[in-house]
Amino acid sequence: MSASLLSIADLGAEGIEQILRVSDSFAEVGRRSIPKVPALRGRTVVSLFAEESTRTRLSFETAAKRLSADVLTFSAGSSSVKKGESLRDTVETIAAMGVDAFVVRHPSAGAPAQLAGWVDASVVNAGDGWHEHPTQALLDCYTIRQVLAERDGLAVEDTGVGCFAGLRVAVVGDVAHSRVARSGVLALAALGARVTLVAPGSLLPPSLEGWPIAGVSHDLDAVLPDLDVCYLLRIQTERGAGSHLPSLREYTAAYGLTARRAARLPGHALVMHPGPINRGVEIAAEVADLPRSLVLRQVANGVAVRMAVLYLLLAGDSQGDMLKETVSG
Amino acid sequence: MADQVLLIRGGTVVDETGERPGDVLVTGGRITAVGAGLEVPAGATVLDASDCLVAPGLVDLHTHLRQPGQEEAETVETGARAAALGGYTAVVAMPNTDPPIDSAAVASQVLELGRGAVCQVAVAGAITVGRAGARLAPLGELAALGVRLFTDDGAGVQDSGLMRRAFEYAGGLGVTLAQHCEDNSLACGGHMHEGEWSSRLGVPGIPAAAEEVMVARDIALVRLTGAPVHFLHLSTSGSVALVAAARAEGLPVTAEVAPHHLSLTHAELAGYDPLFKVNPPLRTAGDVEALRQGCRAGVVDAVATDHAPHPQEAKDAPLDQAPPGLLGLQTAWPVTLAALTDVGMTPAGVLALLSWQPARIAGLHPDQGGEQGGPVVAGAAANLCVLDPGATWTVEPDRLASLSRNTPWAGRTLTGAVRHTVYRGEPVVTDGEARR
Repeated sequence: MSASLLSIADLGAEGIEQILRVSDSFAEVGRRSIPKVPALRGRTVVSLFAEESTRTRLSFETAAKRLSADVLTFSAGSSSVKKGESLRDTVETIAAMGVDAFVVRHPSAGAPAQLAGWVDASVVNAGDGWHEHPTQALLDCYTIRQVLAERDGLAVEDTGVGCFAGLRVAVVGDVAHSRVARSGVLALAALGARVTLVAPGSLLPPSLEGWPIAGVSHDLDAVLPDLDVCYLLRIQTERGAGSHLPSLREYTAAYGLTARRAARLPGHALVMHPGPINRGVEIAAEVADLPRSLVLRQVANGVAVRMAVLYLLLAGDSQGDMLKETVSG
Repeated sequence: MADQVLLIRGGTVVDETGERPGDVLVTGGRITAVGAGLEVPAGATVLDASDCLVAPGLVDLHTHLRQPGQEEAETVETGARAAALGGYTAVVAMPNTDPPIDSAAVASQVLELGRGAVCQVAVAGAITVGRAGARLAPLGELAALGVRLFTDDGAGVQDSGLMRRAFEYAGGLGVTLAQHCEDNSLACGGHMHEGEWSSRLGVPGIPAAAEEVMVARDIALVRLTGAPVHFLHLSTSGSVALVAAARAEGLPVTAEVAPHHLSLTHAELAGYDPLFKVNPPLRTAGDVEALRQGCRAGVVDAVATDHAPHPQEAKDAPLDQAPPGLLGLQTAWPVTLAALTDVGMTPAGVLALLSWQPARIAGLHPDQGGEQGGPVVAGAAANLCVLDPGATWTVEPDRLASLSRNTPWAGRTLTGAVRHTVYRGEPVVTDGEARR
């Protein structure tokens, strides 16, 4: 079994830091007039998305292409899955064609982990059910580090991960159904941040045993003045969050980052959101467009971070080997 | 076959009357002598029982034989063979077949298939038509065929009013309703125990409360109607406490637990392996301990396998798409023995949970006109198992008799083996091998 990235828990602080460092190099590639390197020439990456996705799929495919990998796109809607073929048969069939990596988005938690046991190729979890979305967490960490470095007048390449130590982060909203939250909490905590979950009781996971968090709050207004980063989660009505709340209006009244509420944040605090945004629900339109809001920057950094992940998993040089040691298992 | 003469020699006889060293002579399908140092009659087959317990055959209250409808997963013949290899001489076939056992026709079909099998096959009937929870199944018609247990297993009867009528009607027939306790609005399509692991893994969970609210409701209905209830596969410490309180009150409540709930926890799901997906789900270490203590204290009456075969392709799926269930017949004795000796129970106490107590719940005990689980004495039907509590073996899925391979104990070494099984005087298993 090849190296895979299934969960942030597999990486540890060292693994995360390495990915952030390699991402710096690829961010530089992205700024070139021809933003392409031959690092993965001859490698084949399958983008297997069994669930609707636009930004993540395009981000991964752009990353793979900028590394000169060949990209095969498989979407469940147009495939043999509709003819009753099992996921295992589908994946083994694709693997038999000779591919190096699967980038997998699946509605079932754990599907990428199971898939990694069925094929020899590397597997990158691009989001599985409510479980994890590791590259989202990595690009969020990358973005925080980039902004903090700029603020201190440092080149991002010269910045380690010390900026996360003691960083006060609130993750606000539908934590229960959020793979972004699960990966984000693990990554931020691994780097030393103090993470507080802010949500109504019905949108928190049934158990927080073992979660590396500083605390839980049901009062966003009380938390805001002490934050360095306010990370808003999408209200995932399609994942059943609807029945967990009296109404979106009531959610917004208590947990939405309205302009008035955003004014309670310290001047330096950052506002983040994984997208797509429900404007007017978890974040007011005017807040989403403030300079402190990093939403588009998160998207922009996604490509560099995903290039780093694919490169480290597939390039097979000494850097890749180091990642393999951290992520396999 | 039945006129065969067997001498089971050198073991310790264990039954509900106690333990004593002794040989057991079997002639013509019945036990003809029990005592120390019996002579070997001419032409007798000698079955060595040294270092073994010689006990009434085990009785499984909860077996999914999958026939009719899912013959690729299991058949009455293969399931019965797995049962015999597990020391069982009787199983109760669950009614969630396709079509379900909700009519005399289907019940008769399964009973007929069972007549040629290597253990007794009793059937449980459905409580509601199609197990759909809307209308009562023909309980009287099924009772007339000898059906003694009724359940919609796989689902609980959600409608409290309908369940009340079922209790009232069943009480008049002298049959027992068995409940799969799961409130659907709380279970909410979950795939594992709701708690620490489900929260971490991002898997929708089934809270302990989904089971407990239905246990509590049915205890209230037993109090209301006076009819007995048997609780299937209880899995939570809260359920054990509810049953203990109902028993202290004198209500006619019995309960079973499954070997896997006595030994495995939800942490097994960490790798999302559907082999560990089962309903009710594997729960916490605290629940495991409470179930073990419930067995020790006599709150739990029986250990039943919930043997649930599934074909390989069904389990080779994402966790939330794979069906729940695991194999249990061939591993029940060693798994239960290990779990319950751990809390200080004796092998005889363990056998009570696996043989004579479930035989009574199933209505198969000699006191009820049956021939399972009774004392090992001259004149009794020769349904016996010879169990070696000290032998170790490694579970190899491909060597199990079931048509399916979904055992969670694959590759694990278990202590406690079945040496021989005698069904109606016939040695259907000798030295751990099925004879037919």
